[in-house]
Amino acid sequence: MQKKWWKIACVILLVYTVVGGFLFDVPALRQLQETIRNLYFHVCMWMAMMTLFIVSVIYSIRYLRNGNYLFDIYAVSYARVGILFGILGYITGAIWASYTWADPNNPGYASFGSILREPKLIGAAMALLIYFAYFVLRSSVPDIDKRARTGAVYNIFAFAMLFPSIWIVPRLLPSLHPGQQGNPGLDFRDLDNRMRMVYYPAIIGWTLLGIWIASLQVRLTKIKDKTLLHA
Amino acid sequence: MPKSISRLLIFFLLLFTSITSLAQDFNNGEKAEMADSMRSNGKIYVVVAVLLVILAGLIFYLVSLDRKISRLEKEKS
Repeated sequence: MQKKWWKIACVILLVYTVVGGFLFDVPALRQLQETIRNLYFHVCMWMAMMTLFIVSVIYSIRYLRNGNYLFDIYAVSYARVGILFGILGYITGAIWASYTWADPNNPGYASFGSILREPKLIGAAMALLIYFAYFVLRSSVPDIDKRARTGAVYNIFAFAMLFPSIWIVPRLLPSLHPGQQGNPGLDFRDLDNRMRMVYYPAIIGWTLLGIWIASLQVRLTKIKDKTLLHA
Repeated sequence: MPKSISRLLIFFLLLFTSITSLAQDFNNGEKAEMADSMRSNGKIYVVVAVLLVILAGLIFYLVSLDRKISRLEKEKS
């Protein structure tokens, strides 16, 4: 185990998230009721994904600047774990939506068909598919230097596409997903004080977990590609 | 499509139909205050316990992976 303190912090924050996330009081909103607790889990997946993708693109830029193969390893590993968190966020969001948006008790009842047309869902799917293509592209280039270089360039493009597809376009279109007027989870006036006590630690905890997994991936690849790194 | 995959698909299809019908039962009941009753029974702690076990298992696995990789790093260098 290397640099233990933040891993311990990660474990403590996640345990606190699970305990506090289920036991602390939350405001009972008309439609959401107790499902608002998903904020500590579903939304945090996307926050962790964003952080991991930002780290990934920074390493891609650094790779393009000096051609150090190590930076390419970092970029790939962080993008990989970012996709994992993105998929988890997508699935949890789908479950959450099917019991709140498409709920017969919902005054503004929406059918499943209209949920599938939700701009936020389509945007998120697009962003994830663009990142899938990053790995397809990489695996289709046999030459290591070329693979790293095209991969790094494509990663910057994928990161640029992330913003219109999950941040901008869903907000321009009518959507059931919260966040039409801003950042609902991050707005200080919007979020209940009681929820903030768990929500912010939860974001940090899940993000640290993602970084932990990515760092393991990096170290494993470093061992595997030892000969390449010292060439 | 191989037989095993189609079987798996059918399995998941059946799994999800049961989930949706269960949800309808909850929603069509007199009250949709499922969570409050869970609280009054004190059974929410069961969920917390289950999730803590899952979290503990995952973290235990991560730590053991971390250790293994550390050992490999030492061997190779």
